[in-house]
Amino acid sequence: MDALTPGGILVQVLLRFVPVWIALVVTLVASFIFRRRLGLYGKLFDSPVGMVGLFIVMFWAYTALFAGMIITHDPLDQVVQLKNAWPGAAAPKSEAGYPWYIFGGDNLARDVFSRMVMGARRVLIIAPAATTFAYMVGITLGLPAGYSGGRLDTILSFVANLVLAFPVILLFYLLVTPAIRQTGVPIYLAAVLFLFPILFLTVLWNSRYFTSPWKRNIYVGLTLVIGFWAYSGLAFNADPLGVFTMDSNMLNVFVSVVFVNSPTVFRIVRGIVLDIKSRDYVAAAQTRGEGPWYIMLWEILPNARGPLIVDFCLRIGYTTILLGTLGFFGLGVSPESPDWGSTINAGRKLLSIYPYPAFVPAIALMSLVLGLNLLADGLREESLRD
Amino acid sequence: MLKFLMRRLGTMILTAFCLTFVVFFLTNLHPNLVKLAKTEASARMSDDQVNSWLQSHGYAAPLVSRYGEWLGLVPGWTGTNAETGKPTGRCVDPNAPDTPAPRYCGILQGDWGTSTVFKQPVSTIIGIRMGLTGLLMLWVLIVMIPTSLIIGILAGMREGSRTDRVLSTLSIASTATPEYVSGVVLIVLFGSTTVGLSPLFKSLGLLSSGTLFKGSASSAMDHITFDNFALPVMTIALYGIGYIARMTRASMTEVMTAQYIRTARLKGVSFRNVVLKHALRNALIAPFTVIMLQIPWLLNGVVITETLFNYKGFGWTLVAAAEGNDIELLLGCSVVAVVVVLLTQLISDIGYVYLNPRIRIS
Repeated sequence: MDALTPGGILVQVLLRFVPVWIALVVTLVASFIFRRRLGLYGKLFDSPVGMVGLFIVMFWAYTALFAGMIITHDPLDQVVQLKNAWPGAAAPKSEAGYPWYIFGGDNLARDVFSRMVMGARRVLIIAPAATTFAYMVGITLGLPAGYSGGRLDTILSFVANLVLAFPVILLFYLLVTPAIRQTGVPIYLAAVLFLFPILFLTVLWNSRYFTSPWKRNIYVGLTLVIGFWAYSGLAFNADPLGVFTMDSNMLNVFVSVVFVNSPTVFRIVRGIVLDIKSRDYVAAAQTRGEGPWYIMLWEILPNARGPLIVDFCLRIGYTTILLGTLGFFGLGVSPESPDWGSTINAGRKLLSIYPYPAFVPAIALMSLVLGLNLLADGLREESLRD
Repeated sequence: MLKFLMRRLGTMILTAFCLTFVVFFLTNLHPNLVKLAKTEASARMSDDQVNSWLQSHGYAAPLVSRYGEWLGLVPGWTGTNAETGKPTGRCVDPNAPDTPAPRYCGILQGDWGTSTVFKQPVSTIIGIRMGLTGLLMLWVLIVMIPTSLIIGILAGMREGSRTDRVLSTLSIASTATPEYVSGVVLIVLFGSTTVGLSPLFKSLGLLSSGTLFKGSASSAMDHITFDNFALPVMTIALYGIGYIARMTRASMTEVMTAQYIRTARLKGVSFRNVVLKHALRNALIAPFTVIMLQIPWLLNGVVITETLFNYKGFGWTLVAAAEGNDIELLLGCSVVAVVVVLLTQLISDIGYVYLNPRIRIS
């Protein structure tokens, strides 16, 4: 096989992403047809910026989903002849399988393209999950702080400001090290942080259905059973059935990212609650004699959803940047891991001679974050319109 | 105002104590101390030997009292060297153990300890490194503030116009590009001998040296030139430009819809004058706060950029200290970082009150 020309590279890349294109066309056409019934999501199709953002984000989401079909080589396979190869280089005849390294090879002779695609999977699992957890923590603490104020608010705000005053990188260097894993600090942090989703859902169901105890018991019971089952597996790696597990490296990274993000979410939620709690419908609920948690979770929170959804998108992007930063400093990831931050870090040493191993994941990371930011911008525009 | 200042200062000092204690706790965890003992004495020590080393070097005391020693509120530990019989202690100079030592020696007395990696006093290292980083930051601010303000004002002046859309999208793109990405892209574009613009310029005969800009800033530590400093400065500035520009734009669009702007337009003041004399002054209050609060974030950018471009300033030192398990140096770096963050918060609060007379503090 000959090496690919630039045009050939483009054709091959487009061909490799065929599953993604099909999925994208199906989803986007379906969403476009039913856009009037899809609420805020449907309205995105009225804003060009939002549409571009949605397209990019969906592209990466499907890439992560179909990564196994897209990659041309195993992300850890080495073909010695293709060490530091240029994009489109042909594999030697003796090698079976896909004949080219589409985006070249890195300094350990691995395929840059396949690593980039597999890296998407890792980022797109951790970033949204960590952001969701940070939201659970931020909402569960921010609602009572804003609603009842007083000493609780003072203490929580002080702690939040404390975490925010830390330079992020210093915090990462202190929290994500092999030494700290020996002491068990990440597990304690996880034990505290992972309780919040269970707490949030329990209070949510309880405050809504406490008038019909039967329904309430089912919802709360299910939450507690599934919640603590996942909790035992994720935080302590002690799931009796072995369904939920988390590798200790990943747990460490996950916990620190949640820890860094929660105080900001807390401040946003608190600010919105302070604004909303003087509205008439809150006063009406108070007069009806609703409990404080019902008012916070079922009166205030739904009305705060606009800014929260926008910030959620932005925050996934920010979390992606944080994960990249961790990888860039080689914190909490194994050297073989294909995640974008550590590939950039590995590639930067030979950057001025062999730029591709670092350049490709850099562009991938940038496009994902850009997509999320554009999506957030589109959502903001559309949610402000009504 | 005075009461407000006192309260802010009080919270600030409390925050500083809490933060330094957390850093002290995390850097003095037992595995770190064991690692320190092994690098300082011998890598093949048994557990007992490690414990006795920690004992004889003052690491066995409770965490709180060691934190007090480090701060300078508790007298430094003392002991005697088992072999020579000379006094040892936190405040004793190891080169001249017989000279009388002060009782307290912590950061409050100006003694920041000695770095185990660089074998120099922490205060000297931080002084030199901060100087280098200060230069970098100075140039970043010189590039970043005017650019972002101009972009924000141009975009916010006529909301919804084509200029606005283009500039807003560009700002979003720049906030979506973290330093380690923009650094890589800039080096590939301008600092690479094989790809990007440099080979192109060279083939056109416009360039005599290897690359347009240097991909490493290590020579800038002695002598700053345009070609060794442009890329790191741009890398840090790019991320901030988008953010400040968006804030300026938001504040500008808000001001442009205000009643007094419409009045000025209706009484016949030219658009140019409305923007320059009426709108600008009110639109710049919000960006001031944003710029001040952006400085702690620049600190992050500095760490990444200095590592990427091998510029041995404060950020590079922080990474070196963290990776070399250099406890005293890392503590020193965190003190500086925390103070910078808290000071910028204070300045932004005070500045906001000064710039916006509608806010009264009682």
